[in-house]
Amino acid sequence: MNLNATAVVTGAARGIGLEIARKLISVGWTVAALDMLEDDLKRSATELGYNYRPYTVNITDSEQLAEVSKAVGNDLPPVKGIVNNAGITRDTLMMRMSEDQWNMVIDVNLTGAWRVTQAFMRSLIRAREGSIVSISSVVGLVGAAGQTNYAASKAGLIGMSKSLMRELAGRGVTVNVVAPGFIETEMTEKLPEEVRSDYLSRIPAARLGLPVEIAEAVAFLMSSSAKYITGIVLPVDGGLTT
Amino acid sequence: MSLENRIAEIIVSRLNVKPEEVTDTASLKDDLGADSLDMVDLMMDLEDTFNLKISDEEGNTLQTVGSVVSFLKTKGIEA
Repeated sequence: MNLNATAVVTGAARGIGLEIARKLISVGWTVAALDMLEDDLKRSATELGYNYRPYTVNITDSEQLAEVSKAVGNDLPPVKGIVNNAGITRDTLMMRMSEDQWNMVIDVNLTGAWRVTQAFMRSLIRAREGSIVSISSVVGLVGAAGQTNYAASKAGLIGMSKSLMRELAGRGVTVNVVAPGFIETEMTEKLPEEVRSDYLSRIPAARLGLPVEIAEAVAFLMSSSAKYITGIVLPVDGGLTT
Repeated sequence: MSLENRIAEIIVSRLNVKPEEVTDTASLKDDLGADSLDMVDLMMDLEDTFNLKISDEEGNTLQTVGSVVSFLKTKGIEA
């Protein structure tokens, strides 16, 4: 199966982004894999083959993004999907958080998604079809101590997406948010053991989620089965926020 | 190709209208069906094609096909 359409996926070199890329390729998308991690991109490209097209880029740099957007436009099938997945954490209690730690997280997670969406959205508008999915977090819904910056960035993605939904709904372009709960990734592996077990005790499903379970939700929202679903926040969290 | 023809070609492809509908006095919004997103898309196309910047204020004055032509001429674009 080949959709003859490109999905731009940020943070696609590893973790949840890599699983999203893998899933989208399996259902026929060409994936423009954007990431700063050149070595991980190369390794993933070797693993996933020709439909995983790596682009090394820093999403805090609009000029780099404009170049990548041009290259993708020239080299790949029309862009009809955007997945804002790239994210970083700089956790610390607010009393001790520096303005740099705040700004860095907002700049990558929220403004980065805005930059990437802006750089590629014209193609979707022109095609009069497509989907934009941003990866938020349950932390954006319920908050987490030590993550004022991260939670603000993830909540910001929701407001951005709902507004953009209103701009693009008439063009057949859907804009949705997936809010992962506690997922097995390098990011969550770094958390202290007591935080992990505290989370686990609050998850009705009594286990952590898998990256592929996020990827499945993203692929559904980007599929032709979900054309009338727009502006939603879909928690994929084993019941954590319910 | 004349400036008028180049502009008409952009409008036809962006707004998905017939060439004969693109007359000097045709209103982009009322006659050719452009909504706000179409207008932004069109302005960005004109910027790319003619290598200039169109401010929001300038963009708001471009109501008819003819006003686009005369605006570009005031910017020194002939063809």
